[in-house]
Amino acid sequence: MSGLLVSAAESAGRPRPGLLRRLPRSGVAMVGLALVLFWVVLALLAPVLPLADPNAQDYLAMAHPGSSAKHWLGVDPLGRDMLSRLIWGGRTVLAVAPTAVLAAYAAGIAMGLLAGYYRGWVDVAISRISDVILSFPVVVLYVILIANIGPSALNIVVAVVLASAPGIARIVRGLTLSLIHQEFVAAAYLRRETDLFVMLIEVLPNCRAPLITDFCLRLGYTTITIGTLGFLGLGLPPPAPDWGGMVKQATSMITVFPHMALYPAIAIVTLILGFNLLADGLTELSQAD
Amino acid sequence: MTRYILRRTLEMLVTLLVASFLVFVVTEFSPGNVARKTLGAFALQEQVDLLYKKLHLNDPLLVRYVRWVGVLTGIEADPLQDPALGLGFKDPRRARYFGNFGYSTLYKAPVNDVLWDRLGNTALLAGLAFAVIVPLSLVLGVLAGMRAGSVLDRALSTLAIVMTSIPEYALGVLLVAVFVVALGVLPGTSPLDPNAGWSIAAQLVLPVSVLALYDAGYVARIVRASMAEVMARPFVRTAVLKGLPRRQVIVNHALRNALIAPFTVILLQINWLIGGVVVTELVFAYPGFGRMLLDASLFGDVALIEAATLVALFVATATQLLSDVGYRVLDPQARR
Amino acid sequence: MTLLAIRDLRVEYTTVRGTVAAIPELSLEIGAGEAFGLVGESGCGKSTLIMAIMGYLGRNGAVARGQILFEGRDLVTTDSETLRRLRGGRIAIVYQEPATALNPSMTIGRQLMEVPRAHGVRAPAEARERAARALADVHLPDPESVMRRYPHQLSGGQKQRVVIAMALLANPALLLLDEPTTGLDVTVEAVVLDLLNELRQKYGTALFYISHNLGVIAQVCERIGVMYAGRLVEEAPAAALFARPRHPYTRGLLASLPRPGADKRSAPLVPIPGVVPGAGGAPESCGFVTRCAHARPGICDLRPVPMLAAAPGHGVRCARWAELPAPPPVAAPSLTNRPVLGDGTVVMAAHDLSRVFPMGKRQLVANDRLEMEAQRGHVLALVGESGSGKTTFAKVLAGLDVASGGSLRVLDADVARRPVRRRGAAEVAAVQMVFQNPDGTLNPSHPVGWPLARSLRKFGIARGRRDIEARVAGLLEMVRLPPSVRHALPRQLSGGQKQRIAIARAFAGNPQLLIADEPVSALDVSVQAAVINLLLRIQAEHQTTLVFISHDLGLVRYIADEVVVMYLGQVMESGPVAALFDPPYHPYTEALLSAVPVPDPTIRSARIRLAGEIPSPLNVPKGCRFATRCPRKLGPMCDETPPPRRAAGPGHRIHCHIPLDDLRMVEPVFRGAS
Repeated sequence: MSGLLVSAAESAGRPRPGLLRRLPRSGVAMVGLALVLFWVVLALLAPVLPLADPNAQDYLAMAHPGSSAKHWLGVDPLGRDMLSRLIWGGRTVLAVAPTAVLAAYAAGIAMGLLAGYYRGWVDVAISRISDVILSFPVVVLYVILIANIGPSALNIVVAVVLASAPGIARIVRGLTLSLIHQEFVAAAYLRRETDLFVMLIEVLPNCRAPLITDFCLRLGYTTITIGTLGFLGLGLPPPAPDWGGMVKQATSMITVFPHMALYPAIAIVTLILGFNLLADGLTELSQAD
Repeated sequence: MTRYILRRTLEMLVTLLVASFLVFVVTEFSPGNVARKTLGAFALQEQVDLLYKKLHLNDPLLVRYVRWVGVLTGIEADPLQDPALGLGFKDPRRARYFGNFGYSTLYKAPVNDVLWDRLGNTALLAGLAFAVIVPLSLVLGVLAGMRAGSVLDRALSTLAIVMTSIPEYALGVLLVAVFVVALGVLPGTSPLDPNAGWSIAAQLVLPVSVLALYDAGYVARIVRASMAEVMARPFVRTAVLKGLPRRQVIVNHALRNALIAPFTVILLQINWLIGGVVVTELVFAYPGFGRMLLDASLFGDVALIEAATLVALFVATATQLLSDVGYRVLDPQARR
Repeated sequence: MTLLAIRDLRVEYTTVRGTVAAIPELSLEIGAGEAFGLVGESGCGKSTLIMAIMGYLGRNGAVARGQILFEGRDLVTTDSETLRRLRGGRIAIVYQEPATALNPSMTIGRQLMEVPRAHGVRAPAEARERAARALADVHLPDPESVMRRYPHQLSGGQKQRVVIAMALLANPALLLLDEPTTGLDVTVEAVVLDLLNELRQKYGTALFYISHNLGVIAQVCERIGVMYAGRLVEEAPAAALFARPRHPYTRGLLASLPRPGADKRSAPLVPIPGVVPGAGGAPESCGFVTRCAHARPGICDLRPVPMLAAAPGHGVRCARWAELPAPPPVAAPSLTNRPVLGDGTVVMAAHDLSRVFPMGKRQLVANDRLEMEAQRGHVLALVGESGSGKTTFAKVLAGLDVASGGSLRVLDADVARRPVRRRGAAEVAAVQMVFQNPDGTLNPSHPVGWPLARSLRKFGIARGRRDIEARVAGLLEMVRLPPSVRHALPRQLSGGQKQRIAIARAFAGNPQLLIADEPVSALDVSVQAAVINLLLRIQAEHQTTLVFISHDLGLVRYIADEVVVMYLGQVMESGPVAALFDPPYHPYTEALLSAVPVPDPTIRSARIRLAGEIPSPLNVPKGCRFATRCPRKLGPMCDETPPPRRAAGPGHRIHCHIPLDDLRMVEPVFRGAS
């Protein structure tokens, strides 16, 4: 029976690298990644770049707020340097959005795993609470929440967690429900693994691919949300640079100085587009097998 | 089916009740606020304290919620409209009636006088947007999904992603910059006033476009994914290999199945549209429900926030119900 | 007259890694009215060939070279309108999975009527009438009501009949069959095969039948081609192919199967080494050279081998076919003197064991008063159609589910009501399981050595990194895998290799009792034998009791010591393997045996066929469970009264109203076999 001995070279089929490592194969994803990295690098370098103070007002420049040698992208209605505010504003978004989404993920994954794993009343309770929250129009939920608990970075994170966790829980719950019927989970029970072990070690790692995609999408949504809150006057309290707030501040002058509103709008769009393209590329990659 | 609809309606009412309680908790959690916000920033502390006492604001939250439901259902009179308070809040309808949402401190009028006109304006805006979103997203999505991976698919999919990546306020700014500032062919504000120099129709073009484009991109992507998925299903192959012409394969076999999933999504867009109108109405100074809700929230007009949120919740849950029922009608497998 | 002639066909797929030839070069001919069978394992290009004939290769596939001549017209170059008229008209197709082949949101009637309407019938009434007639042709009762239904309202067997009716509606000259019975129960499969034979006689349609199952092909086809890695390696009349297989691959396939009369001790299965290559994964010379025991460098690995005529009508693509030694004749020992392992200790005994799931007001009876036992070192096989309750019993035994009544003694404790959480470590280690689906059995996120190490640690067999690593290597050695494989992720292994890991994992805790639930049914034929051999060797070495669940009676006959036949949650018959395969039979056992597609066209089983399908376990018949489908039903007694348990020999019990003497008179299913 020595013919049964299979050499390792013969045995290993073509190894398929993980989803993130296959990223370079998708052109769409790479464009998305480039857009996101563009802002990430600028945001990281903000403190060392030779930028004007984002809150310093240049009263002289207000007479001619357009592009100049001193202010490459001009100044805003209060005479503050647009370029500096854009980069520092990106820093805010790129700090708040991932923090909020990660926190939402922690909550959503816990809810989804518990609901999908235990089913029964745990599932009913978690699903009902989720249903109630999801029945709110998202922006309405944000508006009444932030208007009542006050605008701050922390409160934005709280609001994002509250609004996003149920959706994440729903995805994780669905995946858990199908995964716990897999035979490897039965095999885990047959070596006396605990519930927690099965949830975290057997089930959760296999939710990776859909969650990575969803994570990128949600970063996009959250960026939109943060911008929207800023635009509605519920974003970070002034004078902190905030893209949505910058658009809002400039809308009244849009007929005279359109650049003041256009630049931050373009900044927001490029970052969101980056996240969305990244998500789309990841979806395409995970479906390609 | 009837039993299903009854059960879902009951669930919807429970959801509304729980959600309205949550809204109540968020808006009236600190009772001192309520009295202060009612009287305004310039009221003296004694006045605030007096009102606080008269409104029984130190009662537990649940008791106050039950009282609020009592006012809404017409069992109790609105305490704010008590002439003894001397606030001058008067509702011409009666002291107590079913559907009494209370008195708006921002607009100094009963909520029912403020709410419904604006809701009508918003329904017009959202309805027009919806009328654009559905055909636009279906055409884009079906064309792209019909031949997944083709040049047309790639072009349309990229277009759809770009559309969903431009939030309403940014799109508003971009469109205003082009059509108002550069070309001057459309108005930058939409007060729905026929004397504002532009026709009502012209005033509606930009707000509707802003609302529609953002959502249509999203829906188109869903339709595209569903269509591409169905086109790859074995029964479509069966249809082709039994000799049906391509048009018949697409129309009779693919479309019917491909539209089941997006149907739900399309109806849920109404939920998104409610959010979208808040932003769009602010951009274009449109006299609608969304801007009213925002103003009420920023001002702290408790009665109006609660009423508006309840209405928004009702619309959202009712469309959810509608989509669930519709899904069962469309999908014979769910009908059992 | 030649109906279909494929000449020098080359089909390629464009992938991210470049162009892959799924079919490097292939020629074959099918005559009008002929039944041609094409055998091959997964990935050999069978389905690609069918889709190439249909002109439906998808966006990334294309015919790179060659012709597909149908009635003299080349389908590769024909225009799309002609192709459309041929599809479903002159050439029709029956698919592997009827459930997905039908449109879920359209009634059966409309789907059927589309065929005549697409092929020239204008009047809806006439199309409707033809559809109804086609449904009657495939023996579906009450065609009018079937036409109004949606696919999900039909059973799997009924759906496959609808697909066959749809294919035959336009009276095609050529019917392509793509594994049409895979996934159906054997009893249903047998009825579908009968139906195909009948319709072929009736309409004179040529069949092009592709399957991995040699038995099915042997039952239907007159001429057979064997396909490997996109090439036809052997082609012969059916009788000649099974009597004198020439190509080493064909021989390997046949030797991998337990043939009637073969026995696990005297005639072990001979597996083909290695794994089935994926599309384009085989060498351009003889594609089989990497797995062939007779391969000679300098002869076999240089250039493609042409089809050589070994006998009239018998072609073989092997450069060395004339030099190959004749395969040894299959020994036919009697099953009765098969040596049995063990000391007679009863390891597992079920008594009055039931598992009932409450479903609202009703009850789903999955297991009903089961009686069975297994001795140390024995192989106990559970057989029956899907829905007979085999897997439920396995789950209760393993502790993944609990019984609702009765007792289940394993070693010395009653575990009927104790799931794994309430069993001690030793008790859990003592009962382990190998699952059916190789793709689900290992966690895709962890390297394959990880569950082995984890089991060793949890059962307290090894402690410390060194110790565990050594033991993992030992387990891998036991299942004939190199130690380096433990770092591989499951997706890097083939199905057979995953099942070996699963066996290693089950043996990590030195189990007394191993449950194997259809462990090889998802594997390619050529690797099934290797896994079965491995399982039996380890089982014998460890004196483990094996509870082997299978629907494959050929395999059961080969490996089992005792057999339990189950139907709708109850035991119909149980006893030593030798007793089970000869009269007296329970009528259900007889029906199961009759349904086995024997990979030998000279063996025609005495046929009794079961009507309909297994009833719902929510609504079980009151008397004998099998009464509703029994071809030997006596009368109302069978419907009203539960049957008695009759002792038919040592350890052999039959639950049936028919007197034993009458059952003894039944003709054996396999004449002259055992």
